[in-house]
Amino acid sequence: MIWSFDIIILIFLVITAVIALTVKDLLASSMVLGIYSFLICILWAEMGAVDVAFTEAAVGAGVSTVIMIATVFQTARKSKD
Amino acid sequence: MDFFYQTFIAKFNYWIYVILMMIGLFAMIAKNNLIKKLVGMCIFQTAIILFYVSIGVKQDARIPILTKDEVPHGGHYTTEHHDGHKDHKADQERPYIDAKTITNPIPHVLMLTAIVVGVSTLGVALAIAQKVHLHYGSLEEDEILAKIPLGNDG
Amino acid sequence: MKPMKLAALLTVIATGGLLLYATSDLPDWGDPLSPANAGDLSTHYIQDSRDDTEVPNLVTAVLADYRGYDTMFETVVIFVAGLGILSILGQGKRVEPLAEPVASEGNRERDMITITTCRLVVPIIQIFALYVIAHGHYSPGGGFQGGVMLGASFILIALTSGLPDALKRMSQERAIFLAGLGVLIYAGTGLLCMALGRNFLDYEILHKVLGGTGVKARYDSMLIVEIGVAFTVMAIMFIIYAVLSSKGRMRGGL
Repeated sequence: MIWSFDIIILIFLVITAVIALTVKDLLASSMVLGIYSFLICILWAEMGAVDVAFTEAAVGAGVSTVIMIATVFQTARKSKD
Repeated sequence: MDFFYQTFIAKFNYWIYVILMMIGLFAMIAKNNLIKKLVGMCIFQTAIILFYVSIGVKQDARIPILTKDEVPHGGHYTTEHHDGHKDHKADQERPYIDAKTITNPIPHVLMLTAIVVGVSTLGVALAIAQKVHLHYGSLEEDEILAKIPLGNDG
Repeated sequence: MKPMKLAALLTVIATGGLLLYATSDLPDWGDPLSPANAGDLSTHYIQDSRDDTEVPNLVTAVLADYRGYDTMFETVVIFVAGLGILSILGQGKRVEPLAEPVASEGNRERDMITITTCRLVVPIIQIFALYVIAHGHYSPGGGFQGGVMLGASFILIALTSGLPDALKRMSQERAIFLAGLGVLIYAGTGLLCMALGRNFLDYEILHKVLGGTGVKARYDSMLIVEIGVAFTVMAIMFIIYAVLSSKGRMRGGL
């Protein structure tokens, strides 16, 4: 574990989390959540949790982004807040 | 440098997890859009998983996979014992493993399953959101509440 | 909506403040001597699992052997979540996969380049997924990751060639059958151990069936269990996508 690397990713995580919640376009929100998942995946690989990082790369950044976008396409794309 | 580590770095990541968790909690309570609430739920969940994984981190430790020297025969070192007893002769050839040098695997195991279960529960939540959209034509909380008639429990 | 937001903000600040105060009691980050890291249990897993199971990847050893009961019910949770999605959004009756696209839907212009590229890529993804499942003993990977990747390959077919094309390869009935089969493989391995006179999921006794010693039986049955997990995860991931992308109608799609 390299703590300087770690701190940079943690700050980026907070930024992406805030962006994902403030963006009014739900498609953009889903995509930013995918970026958030990738950052978390890097963080776990850096912490030595390789299995968890692999799972997050496949599940969080892959499948969950896709099903979220599928729902956004089937319902409404604009959000009020 | 040691003082800097002790006061700032040693607890910094826990602060970030608390901040992420609170961002998620705020979104789940205060956001108007149902999808935004689910995004908040995802952030809350990953904050908890991050906390668990970081509990198992050891400084200067390697990943929890043993090397070829430590497990030389990899599942095929068996001699002709059919009673399930360990082969002590094979144990003696193997180097000693210092537990301090390997990351703690237990949090990884617990959280690995939690991630996959998390995506299937997210799927259930999204299915409910689509059903709500089918019935009320909207994902905004105030519009849905305005369409539910008051005064009966149906 | 305004007072609700204020109340939420106050709740979050109070909870967050208390949690931030509580972090001072947590062990330093990366401390090898913290209670969680220096405890007997994790030391036992790290030092003794190679003698018990011969699996170099400690995460796989703990996941499929020591904590197999936990993993089995996580698999059941995934299975139940898939059934829940089908019962929430599904049509309730048997849906036939359509042989040819209906005129109103699925008749969209499909890009030949993406279809051809994905047709070439999908077999490679599936072979890599099988490698991930089979090589989970030695490298990061295992049933969950490989299953998600197999499911993702079917999702890729559905994204490029349309949902009807993917449903021809993996229909709803087949997906549910495979999901149930995965849970059955896992639980059946445990029940076989019981039938041979040991505890549930105590793989050591399976050397009577699989041959070799008790250690080798634990090594082999971990692979069997991971294959069961992969079946369930693959089928449920595809069901989740198929239902959510078509509002439960199982046709049309994105």
